[in-house]
Amino acid sequence: MRNNSATDMEYKDYYKILNVARDATQDQIKQAYRKAARKCHPDVSKDAHAEAKFKEIGEAYEVLKDPEKRAAYDKFGAHWQEGQHFDPPPNWDAGFEFKGSGAYENDPGGFSDFFESLFGHAQAGGRQQAHAFRMKGEDHHAKIVIPLADAFRGARQTITLSRPSVDGDGRVSTSPHTLHVLIPKGIIEGQRVRLEGQGLPGYGGSPPGDLYLEIAFQEDRLFHAEKRDIHLTLPVTPWEAALGASLTVPTLDGQVQLKIPPGSQGGKKLRLKGKGLCSANHQGDQIVTLQIVAPEPTTDEQRRLYRAMAEQMPFNPRAGLER
Amino acid sequence: MTQQHVYIQGTILNEETRCSLADLCALCGVSTEIINEMIDEGIITPEGPSIREWCFTAVAIKRVQTTMRLQRDLRINLPGCALALDLLEELEELRHLSRRR
Repeated sequence: MRNNSATDMEYKDYYKILNVARDATQDQIKQAYRKAARKCHPDVSKDAHAEAKFKEIGEAYEVLKDPEKRAAYDKFGAHWQEGQHFDPPPNWDAGFEFKGSGAYENDPGGFSDFFESLFGHAQAGGRQQAHAFRMKGEDHHAKIVIPLADAFRGARQTITLSRPSVDGDGRVSTSPHTLHVLIPKGIIEGQRVRLEGQGLPGYGGSPPGDLYLEIAFQEDRLFHAEKRDIHLTLPVTPWEAALGASLTVPTLDGQVQLKIPPGSQGGKKLRLKGKGLCSANHQGDQIVTLQIVAPEPTTDEQRRLYRAMAEQMPFNPRAGLER
Repeated sequence: MTQQHVYIQGTILNEETRCSLADLCALCGVSTEIINEMIDEGIITPEGPSIREWCFTAVAIKRVQTTMRLQRDLRINLPGCALALDLLEELEELRHLSRRR
């Protein structure tokens, strides 16, 4: 989440953000914006910062597509660096008419402090000055990454999102908003939790929108989830696989004993019922895949044992490869 | 000192979720005409024998919401959205598979 602090404002290089030259034509700017918007759109991009990037290019386009705003912005010259500390010089906008000039079409969530200090506040509702009407607030979509154990048991999560709020004049400002949320037991990757009324504020006394939290899982050292099933690769010795064994196996529910049947091969899958991600009506299992690991012989005695096996158990594992 | 927080319990949108046409319209802020156009385009498919008994899954809710955003932000028309959604779904599966390699 971006930290918007008025005392620490950074210069934004809108040309760099859209990846266009400072003397680009309006058509080139439009094409660059459309290309970047497709690439960075939060529904398309997997980049964790896609949402912020998408906002940034929207903001850059808002300025550069408008010849008057672009001319005013260009007055700062080309020597500024992206991210450099910035204070607009007094009366820098003399001769330009755009402050408070109404709605900005791209972004209901407010632009950066840099933008707002130059061009004024975006109006709440963006498009069509919607604050004059009664209109439900927009829904907000966010992704949260949780450990598998939280999905297995259910959990409490505290999350902080940057959320725009609207003041009496319809001005939008962004502030961090902390929420305490119950993560339901048995939620799986890609599913969402809808928090009613926790989205963007409404206009004209209408209710706020909703917040949708999409669940993603943290990488786990041992387990990975496929839908409701939890997969684990279990290394076993050749004799455990051949003779059968009762082994201690980790699950999201703690350690359990798993019986390996005699004559098991590598790749064999064993199912621990109910040890996956279970919801009220759907069961998930843990799937254990055996991986046979042969010890490296380090003494003469151990090499003798392998040779004895070779002599007493003639076996061609590559029979299936013959053509 | 421990602070007591109020934890919000949301509505889970999972494979058990079913909503009516009216619910879907309210959730996504769209009219029934728009939903009908999306059904015609194959973006979503209702379950149930008649309009009165139509119900929609959590996946349908998400597809309608994503379609609205793609139309608004990228000016993609409905057939384009249908194609983008299918490709995005396939891409998601492939990304999931490649993570396991």
